[in-house]
Amino acid sequence: MRLPAFLENLDRRWIFLATGLLVLLPLLWPLNLPLEPSPPVRGYHDAIAALPPGSRVLMSCDYDPAMRPELEPMTRTTLRQLFEKRCKVVVVALYQGGALLVDQIVNDVARQRRQRYGVDYINLGYKAGNEAVLVLMGQSIPGTFPRDQNGADVRSFPIMRDVRNYASFALIVSISGGYPGTREYVQQVQGRFHIPLVAGVTAVTAPTLYPYLQTGQLLGMLGGMAGAAEYEDLRLERGQASHGMDAQSLAHVFIALCILMGNVVQWERRRREAS
Amino acid sequence: MHRGARLSLCALLLALLAPAAHAQPTAITGAPPVIIPEAAPPQSPATPRPPGSPPAPQPARGLVWKDVADDAGRALDLAWQLSPDDTTGSTVLRGYVIMRSESPGGPWALVDSVPAGLAAFRDQSAGLRRDVEYFYRVDTHGPGGVTPAGSLTGPAIATSQWFNATRWSVLLLTMIFFAVVLFFIQNAQGEGKKPFVRRIPGIDAIEEAIGRATEMGRPVLYVPGVQDIEDMQTVQALIILESVARTTARYQTPLKVPVTYPIPFTIAQEMVRGGYLHEGRPENYDPDSVTFVSPEQFAYVAAITGIMMRDKPAAHIMLGAFFAESLLLAETGFATGAIQVAGTANADQLPFFVVACDYTLIGEELFAASAYLSGEPKLVGSLKGADFMKILVIALVLVGCLLETSGQHGLTQWLATQ
Amino acid sequence: MKREVPLLLTAAIGLFMILSFFVPHHAVSVPADFLQQSAVIVVAFGIVLGGANLLRVNLEAVVKRQGDWPYKVVLIVSLVATVLVGLIEGRDFQAAGTRSTWIYDQVYSPMSSAMFALLAFFIASAAFRAFRIRTPEAGLLALAAFIVMLGRVPLGHVLTAGLPPALRIENLAEWIMDVPQNAAKRAILIGAALGVMATGLRVILGIERSYFSGED
Repeated sequence: MRLPAFLENLDRRWIFLATGLLVLLPLLWPLNLPLEPSPPVRGYHDAIAALPPGSRVLMSCDYDPAMRPELEPMTRTTLRQLFEKRCKVVVVALYQGGALLVDQIVNDVARQRRQRYGVDYINLGYKAGNEAVLVLMGQSIPGTFPRDQNGADVRSFPIMRDVRNYASFALIVSISGGYPGTREYVQQVQGRFHIPLVAGVTAVTAPTLYPYLQTGQLLGMLGGMAGAAEYEDLRLERGQASHGMDAQSLAHVFIALCILMGNVVQWERRRREAS
Repeated sequence: MHRGARLSLCALLLALLAPAAHAQPTAITGAPPVIIPEAAPPQSPATPRPPGSPPAPQPARGLVWKDVADDAGRALDLAWQLSPDDTTGSTVLRGYVIMRSESPGGPWALVDSVPAGLAAFRDQSAGLRRDVEYFYRVDTHGPGGVTPAGSLTGPAIATSQWFNATRWSVLLLTMIFFAVVLFFIQNAQGEGKKPFVRRIPGIDAIEEAIGRATEMGRPVLYVPGVQDIEDMQTVQALIILESVARTTARYQTPLKVPVTYPIPFTIAQEMVRGGYLHEGRPENYDPDSVTFVSPEQFAYVAAITGIMMRDKPAAHIMLGAFFAESLLLAETGFATGAIQVAGTANADQLPFFVVACDYTLIGEELFAASAYLSGEPKLVGSLKGADFMKILVIALVLVGCLLETSGQHGLTQWLATQ
Repeated sequence: MKREVPLLLTAAIGLFMILSFFVPHHAVSVPADFLQQSAVIVVAFGIVLGGANLLRVNLEAVVKRQGDWPYKVVLIVSLVATVLVGLIEGRDFQAAGTRSTWIYDQVYSPMSSAMFALLAFFIASAAFRAFRIRTPEAGLLALAAFIVMLGRVPLGHVLTAGLPPALRIENLAEWIMDVPQNAAKRAILIGAALGVMATGLRVILGIERSYFSGED
């Protein structure tokens, strides 16, 4: 059977199988492909690096387990960089299904870095209301989150003593999987309070946020697993994202090949119809 | 002009003009401080030093206050001159303590403290009340103790402002938008005929898709997006649902509407019931045609793909806000052989719909759908108004680019808001 | 009155919230804050309504033995069990080691990730099936897609490492994202935003009223 005829009759489950193998095999046998950080990733890293030691940072982790492969690595790497600079990190979550996941990630990194809960970091947990929560935080963060993730009074923790609203922070880090997320922070927060803002988002959301990068409303951005891997590379780490990039590389090449194969089928069909 | 629109516009204008008629005095900004001479004894004496300890830091001076503009009287800005001991590497001064009282003689309450090097502070503490006179002083503290302020300032008053002065540009553009849309609505009503709207194939295809489902004896699946009612795409999807329900009522085709959130769920029930009522087929309305699924994105997707694979609807109409699930829905739908019409204003999901669906409504075509389907002159008139506004935005972009290129930043700065 | 009262409420509250964007005075901002907090509460309570409907519809299907009713039993049992476990464990239901956390880690999290992972397979099959170059514009789109896809991964960087910087695929991909893609996205965003404003205005002013009673 000639190639175009074979492709025309190809059961799409073969494509699924090939995709699965191309993603699985590099995870088992890494290729260790080199990474080159892009300007948005450098902007993200440099914005955090420029913080004075001991700065207070608001980290909004708005994603659920579905986006874990892309956003968990960048969350961990960001927390490590912030803790290295002895920053005080206040974490909030606007995704209901992700609050527990974010809590696990934050506590895990904090434990590794020997950070003290309530002194070096705190997790205020989830609040329903989407943009309304962002607006309320602009008036009072302790008022919007009177209790932390574990139900304790936030005012009892030293880290929250001087926290009023967004103006109490030197930087806002938005790790977001969609809505509500980075765009809402740009519209509701950055525009009003002019606090420096950096973002880590899924790859599909990243193109929508390039206008904000260009205007300077976002100082830097990590786009998907590629951005997370480049960030790890800048930090001289080799984490989950870097391992995942081998698989993503082969998957991208395969998808490009699928586009070509699909068009071979079409051209062959046209050629047959013309003759 | 529509009566309700007239009333509402009058209400808006009154609301905007009334503050000007009863304007309170604007906030006193940069008012000269009331300075108590240094010879006057401070209310709290300097903390006595134990022998051998470093000296107490010298006081800060020149404290001034300023009401924070464009707020609801919730904050006051303070600024002072640094203490002479506030130098790099100083071991004498640790920071400044801000004290507040409602009278120059006290009692003084601690507001906050800032580290050395800072000569400004914004008091937006919960205890600060608007339209109340306060006095402030700034003490210095260090290892050698606390030194009271060399001066204090007041009476400082936090007042509310009636208008956020940084939002003039937004107000002007909003008023132009309102005026333009209402003008075209009134124009269309006056002419009595529907203004021209270019053909939107995706909207035309909705009836074709329902007809195909009727011929095949299979239901129509309508997915109104994954967002809650505060997203206008969901509102628009629910408005279009009424038209779709009318058509399915007319053709007696079953309709399935799975919904993510409770409030859109109740509205969807009303829309479907209303559609059947309008077609004179209330007895054919199935209350279980609209079902609540789950606000969880992928739980919702799993449910819809399950409906697609099991019930095999012949037509899928997916209009509203979609995120990562768009390709999952579209590809699964394609595999079942259904005709698919999709529409969303989420630009990052459009490529997936364009690739996998038969027809796609791109961005504002979704918002034009209700006007297009109903053909009502006032709805179509609003489309023309929005289009006119688009021309204005294009003109602003062109003019702004030229000005910025030539180094003129006035327009950009005027358009920037806080 | 049945129609006028909701219309008036919609118009009044909608215009008031628009006003609150421009007027920071406490006479406006305090009620606006209250309305926003109320919205948060209403949204949170709405889930009770949805849960009740879910139970009712699926219980009815089980009782009437409609198609696939065993799966509906699974749904009902899962829903009730998760809610009960959470209620029994009280405020600390999300602490480490609780059964709620176990359900989240072992059931919800993997299932959610698995659904999202399906996208990779569907993208490949959609790329094969549907991305057909029929016009010059589609060809240009395909070229841009190739460049961006390969430019975003290390394998692409390796392929063009020997070329001058301006021709390296990662720099070309970045230029496509910064310039033509950005311009097109902005245009779509502006158009969609105007559409949102027009729809919102129609709803607030009562011109679009089918949303609340199904009538014109």
